[in-house]
Amino acid sequence: MPSTFNRRHLLAIRDLSAGEIIHLLDTAETFRDVSRREIKKVPALRGRTVINLFFEPSTRTRTSFEIAAKRLSADAVNISVSTSSVSKGETLLDTARNLEAMAPDCIVIRHSMAGAPHRLASMCNAPIVNAGDGSHEHPTQALLDALTIREHKGGIEGLNVAIIGDILHSRVARSNIHLLTKLGASVRIAGPGTLVPDEFAELVEQGLRVEQRIEDAIAGADVVMILRIQRERQDAAFFPSMREYAVHYGLHPKHLDLAAPDAIVMHPGPINRGIEISSEIADGSRSLILDQVTNGVAVRMAVLYLLDRGNRRTPEEANAQPPKNGKRGRKVSKA
Amino acid sequence: MKLLVANGYVIDPSQGLNAGRDVLIEDGRIKAVLDKGEPKPKDAELFDATGLMVAPGFIDMHVHLRQPGQEYKETIATGAAAAVAGGWASICAMPNTDPVNDSPAVTRFIVEEGLRAQLANVFPIGALTKASNGKELAEMGELKNAGVVAVSDDGRPVPTAGMMRRAMEYARGFDLTVVDHCQNPSLSAGGVMHEGRWSLILGLRGTPAAAEEVDAIRDCVLAGLTRAKVHLAHVSTQGALDAVRRAKEKGLPVTCEIAPHHWTLTDEAVADYDTNTKMNPPLRSFEHVSALLEGLRDGTIDAIATDHAPHHADEKALEFDQAPFGITGLETAVGLAFELVHQGVISLERLVELCSTNPARTFSLEDRGTLRPNAWADMTILDPEFQWTFDVARSKSKSRNTPFDGRSFKGAAVATIVAGRVVYLHPDFARIKDSKLSQLAAGG
Repeated sequence: MPSTFNRRHLLAIRDLSAGEIIHLLDTAETFRDVSRREIKKVPALRGRTVINLFFEPSTRTRTSFEIAAKRLSADAVNISVSTSSVSKGETLLDTARNLEAMAPDCIVIRHSMAGAPHRLASMCNAPIVNAGDGSHEHPTQALLDALTIREHKGGIEGLNVAIIGDILHSRVARSNIHLLTKLGASVRIAGPGTLVPDEFAELVEQGLRVEQRIEDAIAGADVVMILRIQRERQDAAFFPSMREYAVHYGLHPKHLDLAAPDAIVMHPGPINRGIEISSEIADGSRSLILDQVTNGVAVRMAVLYLLDRGNRRTPEEANAQPPKNGKRGRKVSKA
Repeated sequence: MKLLVANGYVIDPSQGLNAGRDVLIEDGRIKAVLDKGEPKPKDAELFDATGLMVAPGFIDMHVHLRQPGQEYKETIATGAAAAVAGGWASICAMPNTDPVNDSPAVTRFIVEEGLRAQLANVFPIGALTKASNGKELAEMGELKNAGVVAVSDDGRPVPTAGMMRRAMEYARGFDLTVVDHCQNPSLSAGGVMHEGRWSLILGLRGTPAAAEEVDAIRDCVLAGLTRAKVHLAHVSTQGALDAVRRAKEKGLPVTCEIAPHHWTLTDEAVADYDTNTKMNPPLRSFEHVSALLEGLRDGTIDAIATDHAPHHADEKALEFDQAPFGITGLETAVGLAFELVHQGVISLERLVELCSTNPARTFSLEDRGTLRPNAWADMTILDPEFQWTFDVARSKSKSRNTPFDGRSFKGAAVATIVAGRVVYLHPDFARIKDSKLSQLAAGG
């Protein structure tokens, strides 16, 4: 499989081939070393401007993108567009035109509405990175999850992964389902019937099953991913109460007894302790929640770096390996 | 004033006519349909339709003309210009203007603007309830006197079965057809596309087919209760169509229409978040589209109507969730209908029935949808072979919101006649006619 990533934008994992995903992960491995050095900076994107355009509040993802850009020596600018200024009438089109006038080299966008990055991509010249759009996708989250899984399991092919919670509204779940099934994992999803429609089984060609009980999804799983539950779903009558959710759909130690003995637990954060995940598990030895955060920076460095190369150089140059900054980490190019 | 539409092939399902005939028009009405052998009157102006099909004027039962109130999207004049360019001799304007057409004053204004434009016949549809708020009946009798041809709260579905029942009972007294946009608000709330595999992939809130079907079944049941004439607008799901089919089997006065985009595109077209694929009801999945094609084939669907819904480019440039529902359709509908003919789904005769005969019958438009003597001389002249590409930059509509820009078609309306006056002639009409004549000379 050709190991290249030559796209103009990173909008959705669904668009990517397994080869492209592996290339992104391999590149992220090399950048992980940068964050471990005393001087955490390489000159790869010196003189470039990266705009973090956040239409939705986010601390973790925005900070992660900002650090990633800075460790590549790019100038990172954060723009938080409050919903109030949107309601004042500035449209996405006007925002896009204003940003274009400042000649950014990359725009990272987070938006509460699905497809906003696609709209922006059709209006702008700069490469667009989707940092989460509504209930659609969150590609860099899935990449950092994959990097974390690979680090602990050596690969992704053949793994059983359970994803538990509000699948319907989760962009993290969608991106992970696409990525994991493309790389040959079996994914089982479960949660309240109102939040896990049966039609999800048709989301991908193969490798995905919808379970009615979370116990069935977790049985034998190598990886258990827990999704954050949002209070507004309770108000919208998707489930009766947080208490009921915690009892029936929260992850408790007894569930992990059903999983593979060396199963790992992941959560995209921020966690609701005692609701979708018990503190015992969140703080336990199987939890990789903080590894995920660390890997987020490496993945975002890889994305910014590869998009920049792809959009500036000839395809041959773009296909070349990133500069060898010290020895590459663990040799993992298998999925 | 006499006009002879000569040498064409006349298709008029209202009188089972399917033959080469000349149609003589006098003072805006049909004087006679002449056999080949009959002498051509010497004093009539000649419209040569050699090699072309001549049909009773097409009637679009469902358009949004935006005037009064939203003239930046469309006006009655620009909408009527788009209509005749697309082959529609008559258009029926939905009442969701600003103000809503729930008063004789608004109705008269729409009628007068239509007359002033001197293009298509513009027939207003009145509101079913005051301000289309679903609470109090509109003054249907007064609206009818002012010129409405049907009543509807299109776009603002009637929320309760009780209100719909009263509206049907009352409308029946004025022989007004009740047109309903079937959509149960509690099921469709927040939905921006069809609920199914694609809405899950795209992370967009879906409207389930059930939202349309629950209300379609409700309306069919109420048609049985009230015996009012009920017409379901833009049917888009298998279940809604089944409801109509069963109602017809029981002999209830239920009819329905289909919009061209619903048989042409599936929900997969939304994949790039193009807001020109956002309409209500939404583009449905393949299984529903297959059922709709069957409904076109077996006669369950009575009419083709565009649901022409112009919106300004600025509005459609918003995020998918924010952009308004609707696309323009007047200039592409006949081209899309010809796709059905060429694919063998429907015959040419059935196309005319869907676009003219049945719409006239459904809204009781006297002397329209037929070429019988003394009917209004509205005609749509068709060339089933003409190949063309839709260029939205040349659209007569004020708006540009269409998913069909750049689509190539075979078959078009090449002229439109309203009350004996040629209100639209295709820019290439002379060339089309020459090629027909030379084909004829070559014995083709």
